Amino acid sequence: MADVQLIGVTKRFGKVTAVSDLTLDIGDGEFVILLGPTGAGKTTTLRLAAGLEKADGGRVRIGGRDVTNIAPAERDIAFVFQQFSLYPHLSVFDNLAFPLRSPARRMSSGEIRSRVTEVASLLHIVPKLDNMATALSGGEMQRVAIGRALVRRPAIYLMDEPLSSLDAKLRSELRLELKRIQADLGSTVLFVTHDQIEALTMADRIGVLDHGRLVQLGSPRRIYEDPDSIYVATRLGQPSINLVPEGLLPAGAPPAGAKIVGLRTENIRIEKANGSGATGKVEWVEHLGDQNHLHLQVGEQRIVTLASPDSDLGPGDQVKLSAVKPLFFDAAGNRLRG
Amino acid sequence: MAEIRVQDLRKMFGDFAAVKESSFTIPDGSFFCLLGPSGCGKTTTLRMIAGLELPTSGQILLDGEDVAFRRASERDIAFVFQLFALYPHMNVRQNIGFPLRCQGVSRQEIRQRVEETARLLRIDHLLDSPVSGLAGGDRQRVALGRAIIRRPKAFLMDEPLGTLDAEFRTLMCAELRALHNRIGATTVYVTHDQLEAMSMADTIAIMNRGVVEQLGPPQQVYDRPASLFVADFVGSPAMNLLSFKGSLDQGADKLALDGTEIVIPPLQEPAAGPELVLGVRPEHVRFTSEGGLRGQVFGAEYLGSTQVVTVDTAVGQVKARLPADRQLKLGEPIGLTFRPERLSLFDKASGRAVRSALHEGVPRG
Repeated sequence: MADVQLIGVTKRFGKVTAVSDLTLDIGDGEFVILLGPTGAGKTTTLRLAAGLEKADGGRVRIGGRDVTNIAPAERDIAFVFQQFSLYPHLSVFDNLAFPLRSPARRMSSGEIRSRVTEVASLLHIVPKLDNMATALSGGEMQRVAIGRALVRRPAIYLMDEPLSSLDAKLRSELRLELKRIQADLGSTVLFVTHDQIEALTMADRIGVLDHGRLVQLGSPRRIYEDPDSIYVATRLGQPSINLVPEGLLPAGAPPAGAKIVGLRTENIRIEKANGSGATGKVEWVEHLGDQNHLHLQVGEQRIVTLASPDSDLGPGDQVKLSAVKPLFFDAAGNRLRG
Repeated sequence: MAEIRVQDLRKMFGDFAAVKESSFTIPDGSFFCLLGPSGCGKTTTLRMIAGLELPTSGQILLDGEDVAFRRASERDIAFVFQLFALYPHMNVRQNIGFPLRCQGVSRQEIRQRVEETARLLRIDHLLDSPVSGLAGGDRQRVALGRAIIRRPKAFLMDEPLGTLDAEFRTLMCAELRALHNRIGATTVYVTHDQLEAMSMADTIAIMNRGVVEQLGPPQQVYDRPASLFVADFVGSPAMNLLSFKGSLDQGADKLALDGTEIVIPPLQEPAAGPELVLGVRPEHVRFTSEGGLRGQVFGAEYLGSTQVVTVDTAVGQVKARLPADRQLKLGEPIGLTFRPERLSLFDKASGRAVRSALHEGVPRG
């Protein structure tokens, strides 16, 4: 395991700058997730770290060693792709053992066996070791693909949306497992996703990418509660943060220049009101089981808030709203901290 | 607009029963979701309503008229496969008006209805723009406009949001429901995504292996699942299902789990066992330092407004939804208590919910 540094890395494809002057320090044993929509530069960044793309500028260091001009095979990394590819003619055991049997490693078969068994038990696939790779379910295949990276003990794991091809249930299971395995092994991981739940639940730190630039880096809690811009604020939170014009709701004392107020759904206090005190109206209630989402109309603005499933508010009810922990932004969408 | 009634509908593909004796009524103007995993028969059911598949037996009544064996084109139903394909060489106005042009509607009426539709979708300012330059959300609205301009009796949608990424899907769910609230057209929507169904539907029919296992409003399905399958399928994270050996008499109001007494809603019928399953939603789990069902913290997943904590216990892993500010250490010993009035009990062999006080009272939602 090792620390990894990207220092002012830039990558252009023709006229498009995919990654722009990106600097990122990943500590030894840290789980960093790059989050952003399609085209933000996540995968390119990952491929630059892996050496699958050559940077137009900047340096890449792994464990203190400058690897900028070193081939992927010599960087001591393991890459897990979105589309898992197993060797269909090999058993699960042989798929897992494959990276260890490389002539460069010269590992004894006893050692290989113990390493494979250990990883298989981490991933709960021991009973499947003798199966052919093709006789597995999708979730099991992806576990084997991840396992093939794990047996190697590289300096860093680079993972490109490894869970996105799985169904919701398996994804949530593997999220928890992957995080636990990473913590147990103390591995360094750089992981790329557009799924905010994956980022929130697994990352030690989230890096938010926008058009190839790293716009904020911090713990999930920090990114969620204290975003630097509207762009970052809208990356996290379901339903997404409400953005309303300043002055629409009582929201304390806004700093000078505040034009837009960001309100997380859980940060709107809502009371039933009649007649004069009302500031909004309930349009419709979304029952999600564990919580309700109230869709409100306030003037021209639509707002979504959370309510307990036991709340008796219904469509047509007049309500009074006020903001808790409002986030203020200027006209350009940058955060103003009071 | 129309009421759709499905009676004893069956569909066989060779020896395989894709849909078995389904009956339900979709009231005029309601938003109805067929929810289930792949292969459960939901799409086959929808295709029979659309007329794209003939039933083996049974009736489909559209406004009281049996249409089961009519052609799709004679049913006045709009089928939305994929919301998002637009004609790239046409502008917004031409895209929306296209179905009417195909029907030979007069130019003036097309113009008027396109404008009306665009206003409804709040894209009237974009009518003369090319579709290539539109933002994603606006593209979806144009596609929707093309479906609603025909004013069919009902909309049938087969996983229309399936290919979108999560963020966009949430947005489009809200958009679809808001549109439904405005035009009130009867809608039948097929999905395997329980969150989509929960967030949009007036009524959900949960299908499993060709059978409708439960039919009801989202909150009712969530609060009082009729079977283990429904309990496990609806809700994220899923309901905790804790198996134990034993039987309970009618009127019983507690049970023992790994020696810990758990209070439950009084049973209205006996539960014979030999294996029973206690169902606990993650948000009905509370932590206690003393007593309760003992376990150790296995992992915590921060979700912004809440967190989901997984606890290892002698009866399996239990997930709890807690406020995000509660700090926990991995491996920390903890006791669990459950909100008694919200617990479900199932018979493991049949998978059926055991009737209890939980099923009494006014249905919410």
